Amino acid sequence: MRSNDRLVAFLMLLPSLVLLAIFVYGFIGRTAWVSLSNWGSDPTQALALDPQIAFAGLANYRKLFTGIIDVRFRQDLVNTFFFTLFFLVGTLGLGLGLAILLDQKVRMEGLFRTIFLFPFALAFIVTGTVWRWMLQPQGGVNVLPELVGLPPLEFRWLTTRQQIWQFDWNSVPAFLAGAAAVTLAFMAWRAWRRGTRVRAGVQAAWTVGLGGWAVAGTPGVTLLPYPEMHGFNVAFVGIVIAAVWQMSGYTMALYLAGLRGVPEELREAARVDGASEFGVYRHVVLPLLGPITLSAMIILGHISLKIFDLIWAMAGSDNATTDVPALLMYLRSFRANAFAEGAAIAMVLLIMVATVIVPYLRSSLRGEVRR
Amino acid sequence: MVQRLIVWMAALLLSGAMAQGEIEIFSWWAGDEGPALEALIELYEAQHADTDVINATVTGGSGVNARAVLKTRMLGGDPPDSFQVHAGQELIGTWVAANRMEDLTGLFEEEGFMDVFPSTLIEQISTEDGIWSVPVNIHRSNVLWFVPGNLDAWGVTVPADWSEFIDVTCPALQMQDVTPLVLGENWTHNHLWESVALAELGVEAYNGLWDGTVAFTDPEAVAVWETFGAILDCANDDAAGLSWQQATDRVVGGEAAFNVMGDWAAGYMVTTLNLDPGEGFGWAASPGTDGVFMWLSDSFGLPVGAPNRDGAVDWLRLVGSQPGQDAFNTLKGSISPRLDSDLSLYNAYLQSAAADWSENELVGSLAHGTVAKETFMSEFATVMEIFLSTGSADAAANAAQAIANQTGLGQ
Repeated sequence: MRSNDRLVAFLMLLPSLVLLAIFVYGFIGRTAWVSLSNWGSDPTQALALDPQIAFAGLANYRKLFTGIIDVRFRQDLVNTFFFTLFFLVGTLGLGLGLAILLDQKVRMEGLFRTIFLFPFALAFIVTGTVWRWMLQPQGGVNVLPELVGLPPLEFRWLTTRQQIWQFDWNSVPAFLAGAAAVTLAFMAWRAWRRGTRVRAGVQAAWTVGLGGWAVAGTPGVTLLPYPEMHGFNVAFVGIVIAAVWQMSGYTMALYLAGLRGVPEELREAARVDGASEFGVYRHVVLPLLGPITLSAMIILGHISLKIFDLIWAMAGSDNATTDVPALLMYLRSFRANAFAEGAAIAMVLLIMVATVIVPYLRSSLRGEVRR
Repeated sequence: MVQRLIVWMAALLLSGAMAQGEIEIFSWWAGDEGPALEALIELYEAQHADTDVINATVTGGSGVNARAVLKTRMLGGDPPDSFQVHAGQELIGTWVAANRMEDLTGLFEEEGFMDVFPSTLIEQISTEDGIWSVPVNIHRSNVLWFVPGNLDAWGVTVPADWSEFIDVTCPALQMQDVTPLVLGENWTHNHLWESVALAELGVEAYNGLWDGTVAFTDPEAVAVWETFGAILDCANDDAAGLSWQQATDRVVGGEAAFNVMGDWAAGYMVTTLNLDPGEGFGWAASPGTDGVFMWLSDSFGLPVGAPNRDGAVDWLRLVGSQPGQDAFNTLKGSISPRLDSDLSLYNAYLQSAAADWSENELVGSLAHGTVAKETFMSEFATVMEIFLSTGSADAAANAAQAIANQTGLGQ
């Protein structure tokens, strides 16, 4: 009887397993293979009915990270980094702020909750179109100060070419090694405090090694034979605003659920112990919201890494100052017929998203098993 | 295996379609340009009462989206019967190279196209192996637009070359708070660049860039970028946010003096803004390119494996014929590539363009797919980006040469 149940369950799952295997993992595999091929470098094969493509090793990846023309891809990675950073900070901050405000037992809470959550119901393409209109140089946000008699703003929200916080692409390995060294130093310190001396020693050694390598200017690794400056494109400010506007309501809903999950007894106990209202949040509520913050960061983080439609709608596909890897992937594949290079960009994106998602999935799966 | 299955299934589906007498025409002509295509389709249906024309359009200027859709269809083995494509290397470098097009030399000879199209045009849409598409219209890229009355009021004249523009016209206009030259979003930079390159290099060296005999790193070619940079100093600083129509609006509205744009701008000013050619707006060859007609053309080709091949060939016959071209172009606001079109049907601007078309030297456009393959054209946007962000003529020239090598330009 039992084995019969299992068979039925397996048969019920089979169709979706097969579909997933083909349309998710099969296609990921296909993309990985294409990214290692030369598809597109020979115009007689690029769009042939049955393209003959050959293995090319990591040539496409090498080109992306060190080729002259692919400076655009490298700037796109920098853009993604800054966009993700400001998007996460803005959305989490605003979402938490709204949630705490709504948690103060305001009247008509349901109405406000709906209003704040509403932008989340829109498609990014709608948000993008609306905000593109609002951020036009001679209208929208820029003429708001005129309502109170001030001169209009002159800022070119989406088209400014201004770039700040510039750095040389060749120093990226040093930054990465430095960041890894700082993380390892922190882990070593924790291990030391826990008393696992051997682990702490190994981690400390790695810290010193990586840190020294970074400080010495990463000998042995030269990305480019010339300096290449990248930085934060100020044109992204408008896009960050639109993205935060869209997603902070959703984050608020997540936090609100988390806040409702904090038992009233805990708060009462803290108050009895003499905590101020600020202290209750600082020492009781916020620590309990840790897991929610992590989930929100994962969800928002992978949205920001693969963002495409919002930027397409706001700035168009050709505005290189507001470019991101996902847009470039489309342009390379379908405009320049460089399918292998487009696939390589897709794989880089996949790896970036996976580094965000996989550790989270692993830890949450482990948690479930324990339960 | 999977691919063969898809092809087989597509063939099965399409054989069903053929039985009903259908022909699918794929293009990016929607909106303002839709009526011109409709006129052609009506003519076709009048000739072929038993055939339904499926008008498959994918919107997006210059075919940016249509081309992506077409590629996925062609890769999947599902070609339309005939599709719109920029004549020249955009077709040759992508579809002819991949062996997906049929040679139309027979059709050209049969219909007498060899005699009515200029020989330079036929040369630029052919390879050694054949002629690949039937051009339906001709647009001119190197046109300078202005409002004659405004120029008089500001006391400037149409500059004869770029050095006059930079040294004389530009400072005179800037003193009066007028934008000397208005630019729009990114591709209009490429559009301006090709006119500047033609002016600075001359016809021979300009063509040399595309057949590989002149390097982008040649001192003359580097100097193009320097001139281009000096021209940008005379342009508006909010270019990236403007469509080409908004840029034209600034000239018409008197905020800017000049604009270099293709002659679809004339169609916009005549049809949408209701201006009279010659009075409401004036035109000249862009500075330093007098006597040269930089052309681009929309054309239709015959893909290998077209489901209704006979119907498609008839479509191409109509597209190249005098009645077809005159019906189409008078509505589209372009001229006919045929040297025998009925000029009385066209407006004053188009008549002058048609006269130039038959008398001037012809060169092809880069920004609109005539002289360079799609791969190069698409990457050229990155070269432009490098120039705009670094302002270095050498960096741009080196990058241009790098992509020319990488994409095998001129081979």
